[in-house]
Amino acid sequence: MRIAGQKLTGKLAAIYATVIIITIVMLLPFAWMLSASLKLSSEVFVFPIEWIPSNPQWSNYVDIWTKIPLALFIYNTSKLTIIVTLLQLFTSSFAAYAFAKLHFPYKNALFLGYIATIAMPWQVYMVPQFLLMREFGLNNTHLALICLQAFTAFGVFLMRQFYMSIPTELCEAARIDGMNEYQIWAKIMLPLSKPALSTLTIFTFVTTWNDFLGPMIYLTKTELKTIQIGLRMFISQYSAEYGLIMAASVVALIPVLIVFLSLQRFFVEGVASSGIKG
Amino acid sequence: MANSTIAAGDTPVVTRRRKVVSKRRRKVQDALIAYSFIAPNFLGFAVFTLGPILFAFVLAFMHWDGSNEMTFAGLANFWRLFEDKAFIDAFWNTIIYTVASVPATLVCALGLAILLNQKIFGRDFFRTAMFFPYVASLVAVAVVWNMIFNPEMGPVNMILYTLGLDPKNMPGWAADRHWAMVTVILFGVWKSMGYFMVIYLAGLQGINSELYEAADLDGANAWQKFLYVTVPQLGPTTFFVTVMLTIQSFKVFDQIYMITQGGPGTSTLVLVYHIYNEAFISWDLGYSSMIALVLFFLVLAVTVVQFRRQKED
Repeated sequence: MRIAGQKLTGKLAAIYATVIIITIVMLLPFAWMLSASLKLSSEVFVFPIEWIPSNPQWSNYVDIWTKIPLALFIYNTSKLTIIVTLLQLFTSSFAAYAFAKLHFPYKNALFLGYIATIAMPWQVYMVPQFLLMREFGLNNTHLALICLQAFTAFGVFLMRQFYMSIPTELCEAARIDGMNEYQIWAKIMLPLSKPALSTLTIFTFVTTWNDFLGPMIYLTKTELKTIQIGLRMFISQYSAEYGLIMAASVVALIPVLIVFLSLQRFFVEGVASSGIKG
Repeated sequence: MANSTIAAGDTPVVTRRRKVVSKRRRKVQDALIAYSFIAPNFLGFAVFTLGPILFAFVLAFMHWDGSNEMTFAGLANFWRLFEDKAFIDAFWNTIIYTVASVPATLVCALGLAILLNQKIFGRDFFRTAMFFPYVASLVAVAVVWNMIFNPEMGPVNMILYTLGLDPKNMPGWAADRHWAMVTVILFGVWKSMGYFMVIYLAGLQGINSELYEAADLDGANAWQKFLYVTVPQLGPTTFFVTVMLTIQSFKVFDQIYMITQGGPGTSTLVLVYHIYNEAFISWDLGYSSMIALVLFFLVLAVTVVQFRRQKED
């Protein structure tokens, strides 16, 4: 027997067995979540586990939308995520272009300032940041979370590293052709940096979508909540409604799953390259 | 300025000398254009990141409840750290979490990477599956974790029961002072090992295959090749992974908030949790900033070690 062009040996069989077992263990919580989301709360903990519910409660997926404003939470999260991601992409690639291809006074000092804060944990300054936002009257607004997440040193660093690998001759040639710097950025650098932009997109999307502590600190009004803290609120309010909680959790996972699967190549490449450079 | 030397080195295109005045004007104009590129990001960054960072260092030496007047505290907040039993617990719990979860995640990630570096059918699928917990919403997976590890009804204890474990000795997981930390660590390892597997995969692909061929010629077996080729060659990757994992562990909060809420007692209280409690529950903003500085210096120490090591290389 041959798999992927290789003869099936004892060693290969052992590798397959190990990989498959580990994968099953890794994915078991998701399988359990999916299975429990179709059960009555009283059936969720029945043992031995009935993986495929004999009497699937599709109504769980209908009820969650009325028990909590799940659609509003998803709308809030999508809005925040899209705005943050777009701002992040624009401001980071814009600033990175200057750091990678232009010469100006205090360039190194400014860049060092960015680098120094990459290592600074957000948790160290989250309290003063909150106090500042409150001073600006941004407490309980989405704008606070946008300001907090849209201007990261990480984004600038990631884009700058990529731009450094693009030959400077390209920019010089464009300058001779009469393009100004803004045109070079828009017409040459942006199209060439699609892989880096995709990496930044998926990183920002996933962090913003999954952010928990930020929204928890800033958003106390139900109508402003994101899916994460909304889900958390739902869990504390209906702590015994296991089936419903699981259904809501599945719904919260789907958008990330879609983005992840469609952009995963860039994600994996991004993680890998950050590892090599680090 | 350093700038002029950079400009001279990088732009050999300038052939014709222009008049000094127009050259200077040109330079100012170039700088303004460059600043205009940086400005959108930098303004946001300065106001919402740099400002609060500086403020954090000031606040640590103040008394403030957020509404009444701020007063100077001197070192009072600092001395308080040593008397605050919750802080001491939080500090050691953070260290315990780090010391346990960093090697565990590292070994799992390396093992997965070696397995999935083989040419096997469906390799991409397996890699994606291992990676998925990392991107999955924490609230959603943490609630599942709590249910699976539910001491009375959860499938994990049910399985232990069927395996013949005495119900009296059953681990109480998140509800049990001795097991709560284990529950949280297991969750952390499960969630992030896929991410570090990807970094290790990149490291493995960077190893020159001639090294393995040479080892083959010397008659090395698989284990010897792993020990004498793979592990040393992965040195820089392992170092990077250790640094990232350590910093990540120092900052742990979300999963603890979701799974144990720092309890039972203070058995899983960690630094960030204590910062959060002191700031947003007690409104003791100065003291909370002092705890934040402890976190800062922990992370800084790791960063300095990393920086030194990189310089050596």
